[in-house]
Amino acid sequence: MRLDFSGLDPVTLHRPKADAGFDLPCQPIGSAPSFDLPAVADLDGFEKAAVDMVKPLHGTTTLAFVFKEGVIVAADSRASMGNYISSQNVKKILEINPYLLGTMAGGAADCQFWQRNLGTRCRLHELGNKRRISVTGASKLLANTLYSYRGMGLSMGTMIAGWDETGPGLYYVDSEGGRVKGRRFSVGSGSTYAYGVLDTGFHWDMTIDEAVELARRSIYHATFRDGASGGVASVYYVGPNGWKKMSGDDVGELHYKYYPVSDSPAEKEIVMKEASSAS
Amino acid sequence: MSITSYNGSALVAMLGKNCFAIASDRRLGVNFQTIATDYQRIFEIHEKLYIGLSGLGTDVQTLYQRLKFRHKLYQLREERNMRPETFASLVSAMLYEKRFGPYFCEPIIAGLSEDNVPFICTTDLIGAKQYSSDFVVSGTASESLYGACESMYKPDLEPDDLFEVIAQALISSVDRDCISGWGGIVHIVTPDQVITKTLRGRMD
Repeated sequence: MRLDFSGLDPVTLHRPKADAGFDLPCQPIGSAPSFDLPAVADLDGFEKAAVDMVKPLHGTTTLAFVFKEGVIVAADSRASMGNYISSQNVKKILEINPYLLGTMAGGAADCQFWQRNLGTRCRLHELGNKRRISVTGASKLLANTLYSYRGMGLSMGTMIAGWDETGPGLYYVDSEGGRVKGRRFSVGSGSTYAYGVLDTGFHWDMTIDEAVELARRSIYHATFRDGASGGVASVYYVGPNGWKKMSGDDVGELHYKYYPVSDSPAEKEIVMKEASSAS
Repeated sequence: MSITSYNGSALVAMLGKNCFAIASDRRLGVNFQTIATDYQRIFEIHEKLYIGLSGLGTDVQTLYQRLKFRHKLYQLREERNMRPETFASLVSAMLYEKRFGPYFCEPIIAGLSEDNVPFICTTDLIGAKQYSSDFVVSGTASESLYGACESMYKPDLEPDDLFEVIAQALISSVDRDCISGWGGIVHIVTPDQVITKTLRGRMD
């Protein structure tokens, strides 16, 4: 008698069978999808080269924080490839379901696909258990999936924010398998600039309007300093009744709202100094 | 990432009717980090001759100081200003002196001759001269500048129209480049006056 060990094989890792004429895509709904591995000798090297190719959203600024009234989630909207700006209209805040938001940093395709997949699985949880999934549970579903792909070249730095039976929830989940609960996060190349503004301006007792303004300002300052962030600063609020989009401001206009232009004395000074030193 | 894109820059010059325009962005960054938004990379050599230096910020300043020095020596010896063509040759020669350890700058030279014929020219970082009869571009946004200039430029524009074209070309080009922009500056040089205007642009 032979024991069947196939149950121990990770469902996500299987090589294409050489003798199979065709494959039927018959995965059970809601389970982590499995993908065929490329038939190459040097898988690690191949994956490494592939990672560098699928990183279009290299520069990003996203942030999220919990305060008295709920959770605020905000992001910029630029996608860049090297120094080239490939889009200024990327939707980096993904609406997983009416009570859950996810943010996008790293690979655009990875984020979009896995958060859509997370949405499906959250809905199935809802149907099976007759109650909404907790933010803790949802973030863990994603973290476990990402852990099963660890080292295979996924690139994601995401925040899962939402409201459940225990109140507001916020988690940071990344493609290295990390999952951290917290009250304040910022992810992406502009995150350090955003943290600077966010940390100085943060108060637990803010009103919703104050919190939205703080988030918008943090994103704006990040887009100013970070060449790889820009476009539109969008801000979402998650409260007891689910998420709501609060604003979407073009930072090109936001700059002149925050800093109205007056004749800059500094610039005239430079020109005059040049003139006087030349004579 | 290359050293020529360490600081980021966008530079363009255009010929008009008995005039020329030279424009640049105003950003100085360290890779993706924006340090200053009032950086100067276009310089006056004399009232009818301008040079714009794209590329590495430190070499922009060094090269400008050396060129200014050489032009002053020329003025003392010859008791007249340099012709734009002569100055272009000087720039080219000075860059080739450093053939195996170059300045990481791509200059644009624009000037009016004695009888007010406009002249524009660019060189690469080791001094290969390239004359032009319409426009020249340089810097990290040069590819998008080529596209904008190619579609917007018309020959023999009057100073006002030339300003409009060069300003729009610059502003729209830097919106596709992560590391240039943050405002711009335009100089329009005509036989009897120089008009300098700063441009407002997207600050992201």
